[in-house]
Amino acid sequence: MNREAAQLVLADGEVFEGYLAGARAESGVVAGEVVFNTALSGYQEIVTDPSYAGQIITFTYPHIGNYGVNVDDDESATPRLRGVVMRDLARRPSSWRATDGLDGFFRRNHVSALAGIDTRRLTRHLRDAGAIPGAFGTADAATLLAAARADGGTDGRDLANEVTTREPYLVGPADAPFYVVAYDFGIKTSILRQLVAAGCHVEVVPASTPAADVIAREPDGVFLSNGPGDPSAVDGAIRAVGDLLGEMPVFGICLGHQIMCLALGARTFKLRFGHHGANHPVRRIETGRVEITSQNHNYAVDAESLPEGSVVSHLNLNDGDIEGVQTPGRRCFSVQYHPEAGPGPHDARYLFGEFFDLMREAS
Amino acid sequence: MPRRDDIHTILLIGSGPIVIGQACEFDYSGTQACRVLREEGYRVVLVNSNPATIMTDPEFADATYVEPLDVETLRRVIENERPDALLPTLGGQTALNLTIELHEAGVLDEFGVELIGARIDAIQTAEDRRRFKAAMQEIGLSVPASGTAYTLEEAMEIAEQVGFPLIVRPSFILGGGGTGIAHDPDEFEGVASRGLAASPVSEILIERSVEGWKEYELEVMRDHADNVVVVCAIENVDAMGVHTGDSITVAPAQTLTDVEYQTMRDAAFACIRRIGVDTGGSNIQFAVNPIDGEMIVIEMNPRVSRSSALASKATGFPIAKIAAKLAVGYTLDEVRNDITRETPASFEPTIDYVVTKIPRWAFEKLPGTTPVLGTMMQSVGEVMAIGRTFLESLQKALRSLETGRMGLNCDPGEAPLDALDLEELVRASAVPTPDRLFEVEAALRKFASVERMHDVTGIDPWFLDQLLQLVEAREELSRIGFAGMSARDWRDAKQLGFADSQLAYLWGVAEAEVRAARTAAGVRVTYKTVDTCAAEFAARTPYHYGTYEDEDEVAPLTRPAVVILGSGPNRIGQGVEFDYCCVHAAFALSEAGYETVMVNCNPETVSTDYDTSDRLFFEPLTSEDVIAVCDALTAAGQVGGGRVEGVVVSLGGQTPLKLASLLADAGHGVLGTSPASIDLAEDRDRFNQLCERLGIPQPPGGIAATAEAAVEVASRIGYPVLVRPSYVLGGRAMEIVYDDTELRRAMGELTVTGSLGREGGLSAERPALVDRFLEDATEVDVDALRDSTGEVLIGGIMEHIEEAGVHSGDSACAIPPPTLDAGVLATIEAHTIALAGALEVVGLLNVQYAVRDRQVWIIEANPRASRTVPFVSKATGVPLAKIAARLMVGESLAELRANGYLREPASGGHVAVKEAVLPFQRFPQVDTILGPEMRSTGEVMGVDRSFGLAFVKSQAAAGNRLPEGGTVFLSLADRDKRLGLLAARRFVELGFALVATAGTAAMLESDGVPVSAVVAKVGEAEGVDAIDLIASGKVDLVINTPRGRGPRADGAHIRRASLQHGVACITTVAAGLAAAQGIEARLEHRPEARSLQEYHRDGQLRLGL
Repeated sequence: MNREAAQLVLADGEVFEGYLAGARAESGVVAGEVVFNTALSGYQEIVTDPSYAGQIITFTYPHIGNYGVNVDDDESATPRLRGVVMRDLARRPSSWRATDGLDGFFRRNHVSALAGIDTRRLTRHLRDAGAIPGAFGTADAATLLAAARADGGTDGRDLANEVTTREPYLVGPADAPFYVVAYDFGIKTSILRQLVAAGCHVEVVPASTPAADVIAREPDGVFLSNGPGDPSAVDGAIRAVGDLLGEMPVFGICLGHQIMCLALGARTFKLRFGHHGANHPVRRIETGRVEITSQNHNYAVDAESLPEGSVVSHLNLNDGDIEGVQTPGRRCFSVQYHPEAGPGPHDARYLFGEFFDLMREAS
Repeated sequence: MPRRDDIHTILLIGSGPIVIGQACEFDYSGTQACRVLREEGYRVVLVNSNPATIMTDPEFADATYVEPLDVETLRRVIENERPDALLPTLGGQTALNLTIELHEAGVLDEFGVELIGARIDAIQTAEDRRRFKAAMQEIGLSVPASGTAYTLEEAMEIAEQVGFPLIVRPSFILGGGGTGIAHDPDEFEGVASRGLAASPVSEILIERSVEGWKEYELEVMRDHADNVVVVCAIENVDAMGVHTGDSITVAPAQTLTDVEYQTMRDAAFACIRRIGVDTGGSNIQFAVNPIDGEMIVIEMNPRVSRSSALASKATGFPIAKIAAKLAVGYTLDEVRNDITRETPASFEPTIDYVVTKIPRWAFEKLPGTTPVLGTMMQSVGEVMAIGRTFLESLQKALRSLETGRMGLNCDPGEAPLDALDLEELVRASAVPTPDRLFEVEAALRKFASVERMHDVTGIDPWFLDQLLQLVEAREELSRIGFAGMSARDWRDAKQLGFADSQLAYLWGVAEAEVRAARTAAGVRVTYKTVDTCAAEFAARTPYHYGTYEDEDEVAPLTRPAVVILGSGPNRIGQGVEFDYCCVHAAFALSEAGYETVMVNCNPETVSTDYDTSDRLFFEPLTSEDVIAVCDALTAAGQVGGGRVEGVVVSLGGQTPLKLASLLADAGHGVLGTSPASIDLAEDRDRFNQLCERLGIPQPPGGIAATAEAAVEVASRIGYPVLVRPSYVLGGRAMEIVYDDTELRRAMGELTVTGSLGREGGLSAERPALVDRFLEDATEVDVDALRDSTGEVLIGGIMEHIEEAGVHSGDSACAIPPPTLDAGVLATIEAHTIALAGALEVVGLLNVQYAVRDRQVWIIEANPRASRTVPFVSKATGVPLAKIAARLMVGESLAELRANGYLREPASGGHVAVKEAVLPFQRFPQVDTILGPEMRSTGEVMGVDRSFGLAFVKSQAAAGNRLPEGGTVFLSLADRDKRLGLLAARRFVELGFALVATAGTAAMLESDGVPVSAVVAKVGEAEGVDAIDLIASGKVDLVINTPRGRGPRADGAHIRRASLQHGVACITTVAAGLAAAQGIEARLEHRPEARSLQEYHRDGQLRLGL
């Protein structure tokens, strides 16, 4: 059957055979940190999520592309990930909303993909070995192995700076109850949609925006977005956020959560293979209720390192990791997971309402 | 919150007999619930009339009542046991309806029984379609425009308002009985009348039809802290318009964007919260317009369901088990995920494979029915298959069905469709039938476009494109040819789910050659694990499925292991009874220290619960798939030092038995009776010689591969003769014929081109059996055990109520035999022992005899578990299948007796009667008479102190309520008139009035039995019209016995009228006599409600044990 053979080689030498899909990389090699995502639907949102910058995403669900892509579900203007690995890429999409197939989307956006591999074997390998760099393509195994080993992974890299907006921009109605400055570390459209729905007029600013520039804008609150890579490498933003904390209400999601905690003086560490999926149970400690959450992170906040005055508000029920932190004295809170969904369950959307309440109390 | 300490005894109601729409999925859910509640330390009281279930095993509850499921009986049980709580959500619609009745009768209040799981109000809101729709509108969810009617006039009015097409759904029914779609007022009148008749409260909902929309189901769980999760999203391949129970379905949903899926999830949560299901699982159905994504809620089941069983098997998340825990106070985050053991149950399973479910129908067993699918469920069973892709799971599911197909195409079964032209195929595809998928595939192969097939079928283009990919792959494989296959080609083909036999057909080579070439290319099956989490966490539960990938996950085998082959999809003739036996084998062998491995493909069953055996392989029961599992385990044994001791093929009915010699040829030992003995029992000539040698008389007979040979046999032995194909179960295609013409016709139907050609046709290897039919003989069934030392234990001797000629599966039977004398019983025992020895049986043996005038003939013997094993076990307290499994691994009866595993049968104090439950209500066009072809879907048991009382209970449990007085309508065939006179006399003595058709009336009156009115037969002018009489409610019991072809057809309208108007109808004089006896016994004693545990204890006491 007529397909171009290709393979994935991990930095530890593990080889997976499949065939090429999507765009053709000119060098025949695509390298990046290989992670897996267990969500059953939402591949369009995932491949356009800037938080995957620098990574090769593996879908554990075998059929990807079934409903094609549409104009509404992108989480950013351009995919930032390095490549996509899957078991089966649909050739004919079916959805009343579809404007293109996923393969066409990949080609248009220069995303290389590898299909036909035993993704379960790869997932089990990553589960045990941890997220590691890999390279795939039509090149020979030795070239791919060298490329995988040359890829530095995400540790210590400030990837947020690569994906952030160059210029500030406004979102939402100017007459909204609150004006919020949102730090863009790789912000998802769903977050902006939720902030606007919660009553915010949002100004999205570059990751490098100094605190003084934010304070000068006199916002009602500051939002810290999700984003890719190692939080401890985003040191400029950590300093800026440190200066903003206590000045006005702050709400952080994912990388924004880690940056907020780092600014509070906590530490972060890298998880073995991270949390990437749409089914992670989180307990909201205040009520004891469980919410099913969308997650996408490789790093987490070290519980031991949280400073006094900060409390853990949400816990991951699978592995006990911190999923949320509140520092009432400084009017800030953050969650590790994605309450905006996109993709994933809507169980935690109340958090946008809480941000609104916090700003109301402050004003 | 941890478990509740304020309740101690919990009452569970089972779902009763297996019927269409309510099958053994409720044995699976009920068994899980019983287990969980007992583990939690509660006292469990169970009521279920179905003896063929695991849940009614005495060890699964503290008190097990195998009693009719009605308010009267439930009240007695509640009075005896004083439960604190009733858990109504695990016994299907039957349990929910009974719970409402108990509430309305004030029984729950009177005895202070608390409902746990779902409150009355929640049940009523979900079940009453009008209230449900109002509730949905209240929370802003769309529902189709509709109205409720109680009369035909109201219905017509609403239809005008709603507009056509519309759908009619009766309230309080299960499986969509009485539901139908109408496209115009004429059609509507019939559909509405049927709906009104089907609803117990004569209420129908008339609504806008969304036929052709995409159909989805979400399985949702909620705990008392209001945590809610979706366990599984199921997408129907068949669009709205085909009942979901009759639809091919897949999990997870394939064609919903995340945005749409999350909207549906939000709606499902709003629905379960509004309905107010406090704890447990619910199933919520949605329809989505493929044009614009409009989503509407169709219905909600506030209980575990067939779909929840499927979802549990599809994801590894045991819904019923967790529902039971939530009902007694736990929250989802307090319950552990069994499979990962580290993570909680408060999550949403995610999977890395595709699951396909395909229903199995039995139209061929029900002459008069049309195999057209609609809004009323008609399937009798289902299979599920797991593959890494949709096509792999689809082809695996198709070959799991055991309908002779090996996949979607590429097998001899495709020939009839290939003979049709494109237009014929497209036309055929427009009608939903069991064959539609094959028709669609054949049309695609003839270059029909995906768009066109979508237009005519409503099947989503994604699924159709998948089928098209299979079509293209087939062409490609054909082009490459057997000799040209590379390793990658082999893998591609196997990843699409092609069986070796399909490839063999495609290339015209032997299957063995295909297998040899494939394995030589290094392409072998790999087993993956169902783990709830797509490999994110390590799985502790070896629940596997086969696929063709890089990595195999079968753990090394470190202990001696036994493979048990299940029985595949439920069908008429092979149902839950066999699953019961397989599950028992798993339990018994596990107790004996073996590692147990189950192979089966039926998602409804207890056997496919990963808790039942040590390893579960959810695989088709074909030789390729089963041998592959055995090979993999053998390899796992070589790594771990364990060994596969053998394969159990004799407990799952005909399905695994057929594989016996193939397994042996592949080097996998068959445990118990040898394949050679199995063949000997099936081989007519050799079996005849054996009986002759043992001095066991047989009705004269012979074998014939042609009509002429059959006529020759008949001329030698005399009419009537019984004609049947060899190697089938459940009396498939069996017929009693009275002359040469009928015999020729019957033989013609058995040939490949005949109407029964599906059975494999006739040949020298597969001849038909032609035997003298013994009229008026009593049929006797014996289940016996023999060990390898030669000792034989008679498990039970059952006397059939209906005479020989009625299939044993459709006949009522009693233990102990009510009329056979000691001499006859001794002869039967002696014959059974002699046969068991001669066949060198190790394990179970079932023998059927006919007895007339104290003479005993053998009809057939089968060295395997029979349908009656669970009934005998429940009646006597001896777990025959468990003992059989232990005998098969070499233990002796003496050893099992010595270690207390085997106790003597409890007998003397009670009589147990098994009655068959027939699907006639669902198929009004089918005549209700009993014959040599089995048609029952399930069974019930009545047990009490006397035969009469036990019989009355069995009838009540089967839905045939015998009256206490009133009028009996007799219409008897000439041959029955002598015995009929006895029955009539008894009814008169019991105070009944008699009415009869002319001939019967004349006979009765000539013998001095008074007849109060003469009823006219069809075409007779004189007397009251039979149908009017039944419809008027003036008759309380109908006894109508047909004989031969003519009278059979003649009485059909009487029987149909009885069925329609809910009048008890008996079709044999023998059963009429038993009914009289029962009614008499009931007038003397009220039936009691006693638990099996009490019966068995008393039985043991009586034996002085």
